[in-house]
Amino acid sequence: MNDDGEMIVMRNVWKEFGTLQALRGVSLTVRQGTVLVIIGPSGSGKSTLLRCINRLEAPTHGEVWVDGQPVVADERKLPPLRAEIGMVFQHFNLYPHLSVLQNVTLAQQIVRKRSRQEAERIALEQLERVGIGDKAYNYPRQLSGGQQQRVAIARALAMNPKIMLFDEPTSALDPEMIKEVLDVMLMLAREGTTMVVVTHEMNFARAAADEVIFMDEGQIIEQGPPEQIFSSPRHERTQKFLSQIMV
Amino acid sequence: MAYEDSYPAIRPIAPVTPRTARLLERLNRFPWWVIAVVLIALITARTIYLSETYLEAFRFIVAGLSVTMMTTLTAFLIALVIGLVTGMGRISQNILGRNIATLYVELIRGIPMLVLIFFIALVGVPTVVQLLNSFGHWLNALGFYSIAQPLVLLENKGVPMNVRAIIALAVTYGAFLAEVFRAGIQSIDRGQMEAARSQGMTYWQAMRYIILPQAIRNVLPALGNDFVSMLKDSSLVSVLAVRDITQVARLYAGQTFRYPEAYATLSVIYLSMTMLLSMLVKVLERRYHSHER
Ligand SMILES: Nc1ncnc2c1ncn2[C@@H]1O[C@H](COP(=O)(O)OP(=O)(O)O)[C@@H](O)[C@H]1O
Ligand SMILES: [Mg+2]
Repeated sequence: MNDDGEMIVMRNVWKEFGTLQALRGVSLTVRQGTVLVIIGPSGSGKSTLLRCINRLEAPTHGEVWVDGQPVVADERKLPPLRAEIGMVFQHFNLYPHLSVLQNVTLAQQIVRKRSRQEAERIALEQLERVGIGDKAYNYPRQLSGGQQQRVAIARALAMNPKIMLFDEPTSALDPEMIKEVLDVMLMLAREGTTMVVVTHEMNFARAAADEVIFMDEGQIIEQGPPEQIFSSPRHERTQKFLSQIMV
Repeated sequence: MAYEDSYPAIRPIAPVTPRTARLLERLNRFPWWVIAVVLIALITARTIYLSETYLEAFRFIVAGLSVTMMTTLTAFLIALVIGLVTGMGRISQNILGRNIATLYVELIRGIPMLVLIFFIALVGVPTVVQLLNSFGHWLNALGFYSIAQPLVLLENKGVPMNVRAIIALAVTYGAFLAEVFRAGIQSIDRGQMEAARSQGMTYWQAMRYIILPQAIRNVLPALGNDFVSMLKDSSLVSVLAVRDITQVARLYAGQTFRYPEAYATLSVIYLSMTMLLSMLVKVLERRYHSHER
């Protein structure tokens, strides 16, 4: 980690898909051990921003630094860097042909080069931590959505990442399963995990976020502590968005 | 009323019970044509068995069976490798790889298979032999005698027709299988590759551990069907005078002028093999699908 405790730094990041500008000059800093929540209307560039952090998407412009290291285009340097950044997707993206245990051990073995025994020990530990240790030998399709998402979280945690990215982790879930996933995320936040979370779960944001960013049309419109953003938003667009999702 | 009187035949039918409905449904769905095929096979088998001339034709033709099977099997295995590599090339980010793969597939698809077999066996193989010869001379000049010697000594005449036939079939089917593999890989959700790469896997690790295992499982039925097609298309290698069952049947017919015996027997041999294999593919497919749930 660098001295200032800056885990993620983005400087004037632009991302263009053809003529479409998905990100238009985004700059932000995430300090170690803090939780950043990103809200904003659909299509405002939230996913693109997250994906620029581990370079699943290459910025057209601007710089991204993770833990003091520039996230550059060099294909050989990217895998070890990505291994330090856990990512949880809206649709879980578990590996359907592998058991839950194998889902959590595979990357540990081939990326982290851990032995099978060690990988399995860590996997069971993490599965236990997210409350599904008893499902280790099932296949993803045998699990509920909430359980699958918790496996996905365990899969990311097992790599011992320095940062966890969440892209709308609960928006594909049935309402009754949202809480079990948010509870795990809240636990991680309380334990001091550095997290960037795209979500519209305001209660989670209030409880866990150190900072909230409101995005629209590829730009950061407003940012601040959750109480301020939710209770007294300054920008008209933020107010309008919040009034829409609060109903 | 007159209307009702004139149609006394329409009487209220008994309500269809669920059991009869199910029976009717089954009868409707039953593959009756399979019975016809089995009957044809049985009648032909009986004919072959009872008739002296058919039996003789059968014995003569069956001698080519091992060549047909060996040619098909070997060519298919090579085609699998070519197809997998080419299929991945077709969707790769590498411009050169992608274009070479596409060129190969498009060339093969645009030429009749019979022409391809002539071309590969009688033009392609000699050309490659010549290239290898020159490469050997070049290595010789560089002083790598032990590697160079076998290349220099390679002779076009030394490549038997059986081998040429296998190469021709493999190169042809490699292009077909490439499309099967390409479709299989593209059928896998993009999120799979993203999840793997977000964990720090390289492109090839993600391919090997995440994408290909799922893609290959998805295309197994298609590969099975292509294997059946290849078994049939292997008859084309008879034009190279390779003594597969088709060639042997042609020889028999030419010698004896017993055309019905030769070609009916030949057809039945192909039919038995393809039907059997098709059924096997269907069974495997069904088992795979029931496993899915
Ligand atoms: N791979 C892509 N190709 C083209 N356009 C894209 C791609 N990914 C995202 N976009 C576009 O970029 C904009 C921002 O998308 P996204 O970051 O997914 O927004 P959000 O996550 O806030 O809904 C949208 O207009 C979307 O259609
Ligand atoms: Mg999104």
